[in-house]
Amino acid sequence: MKNDEFIVVRLEGVHKESEDTTTLTIPYDLNSKPGQFVMLWLPGKGEKPISISGEKDGKFQITICAIGSFSEAVSKLRKGDKIGFRGPFGTHYTIPKESTSLAMVGGGYGSAPLAYLAEQAALGGKKVYFIEGARTKSRLLFSERMKISGAVLLTCTDDGSEGPKCYSPDVLKDLLENHKIDKVFSCGPEIMMKRVVEISQNAGIPSEISMERYMKCGIGVCGQCCVDELGLCMCKEGPIISGELALKIREFGSYTRGSTGKKSEL
Amino acid sequence: MLSTELAGIKLPNPTVLASGILGVTGSSLTRVSKAGAGAVTTKSISLKERKGHPTPVIATYAHGMANAVGLSNAGAEETLLEIGYAVKNSPSPVIASIFASTITEFGKVAEAVSKAKPHLIEVNISCPNVDDEFGRPFACDPGIAAVVTKKVKKSTSIPILVKLSPNVPSIAPIAEAVAKEGADGITAINTVGPGMLINVEAARPVLSNRVGGISGPAIKPLALKCIYDIYKSTKLPIIGTGGVTTGRDAVEMIMAGASATGIGTGVYYRGIEIFSKVSEEIQGLMDKEGYNSIEEMRGVAHEE
Repeated sequence: MKNDEFIVVRLEGVHKESEDTTTLTIPYDLNSKPGQFVMLWLPGKGEKPISISGEKDGKFQITICAIGSFSEAVSKLRKGDKIGFRGPFGTHYTIPKESTSLAMVGGGYGSAPLAYLAEQAALGGKKVYFIEGARTKSRLLFSERMKISGAVLLTCTDDGSEGPKCYSPDVLKDLLENHKIDKVFSCGPEIMMKRVVEISQNAGIPSEISMERYMKCGIGVCGQCCVDELGLCMCKEGPIISGELALKIREFGSYTRGSTGKKSEL
Repeated sequence: MLSTELAGIKLPNPTVLASGILGVTGSSLTRVSKAGAGAVTTKSISLKERKGHPTPVIATYAHGMANAVGLSNAGAEETLLEIGYAVKNSPSPVIASIFASTITEFGKVAEAVSKAKPHLIEVNISCPNVDDEFGRPFACDPGIAAVVTKKVKKSTSIPILVKLSPNVPSIAPIAEAVAKEGADGITAINTVGPGMLINVEAARPVLSNRVGGISGPAIKPLALKCIYDIYKSTKLPIIGTGGVTTGRDAVEMIMAGASATGIGTGVYYRGIEIFSKVSEEIQGLMDKEGYNSIEEMRGVAHEE
């Protein structure tokens, strides 16, 4: 019978991506796809959904930004510490077979699943434009990995400390005007993704985004991550959905529900 | 042929979304209803917003699931909109599940959710994973269960189902006690236990709350026995809940005495399509065994 028990293993590596962002390397053949997530369990500290930022050679990685007590605990982990996980869960990004050029738009730690996707796309012989926006230079993630993968890295920052001083959707708009792109992928703040979807749609290009909602079970039963008004579970029918579908979700870019189910503005 | 009735409310088929599953929002309840559920139940609602337990709150094992969500909800006022949305948009009846920590508060929550006009109110007096906060569930004592029932009946004109706990030496006296005070039906059973899951490598309980209610295939025989006993002792309609994953399981519940069957953990195994699939499977078994209606099949396991 179907079962999603926790798997508990010792961390193989802990890598600081930036001042407050940590990547964990977990020695387990997860058989994941870019865009999917795991429920990460730190015994005694809690459990959270975390998107997968890479997988190869029987190991997978997750990248966590320290913003609350759970992610603080993650940032204190050392090689050899035990962590638990279950998954992979949720939908994944899909690279069209016939495509040649792809654009990825990441904002902040939303770049994590896109880095994984970009590497896979590059391995499949696709041309990848990786647009990464962050508040400031020190918060830009995965630049090295992207350079190694062969992706064209286009960075921008809110303060102009690296690349042009603008937002990543602006860079996308410019890119779509000057290059033939077959599909756009995005992950990051929802307001940003909404612009990405709209820009792509205006250019007649399909897009996929990652819609994050408060998740408790990860397996499509608790109902905490269901979105209005379609009622879809973002842990199961998401988090990766087409831009077209995202625009049909009333709360996309507008509001979300917290741990009790209470609504709050985005 | 699959239609059934609960306290005067007609259901197109006997499958009911159990409380606690996909029941946080009106949109989600409506989706499950449209996917074929004969009725849908909200997640349990309290007067005030509640945070619930820290994660992990749900864990699976080889024979089912353990949960200690801890009755998290946005509170009655905020949830009215969600119930209202479901009542307006769901093709099948909506059951509002309520709970409280005191008898007076049960009355208040019942009154509050009645404003959203759900078809039925389910009175959850049997959650097994909040003992630390509330002590033993009200469903463990026939006297208290009766007083809660009386209070809720006084506070609303909507028919009520009282949700009972299997974690008692004998469920029949409790069913009789709530029936006597005017319960219009019974939902049985809530989750079993609480139980515990331990992860060997982590060397500790999996759930943050350490213990949680057990659901899924493992508890079906316990549920069947409870429903059998309740049917024998009261004439009330019953939503038979506990480990129903297939139409065959559902038919067993009906033969034990249920008028409808709750499905919760089954959603994990078969997705929300489970409601239409179980309905089809029930119909298949009815055709094969020569039953013309749910009512005709109800309680047949009691015959000498």
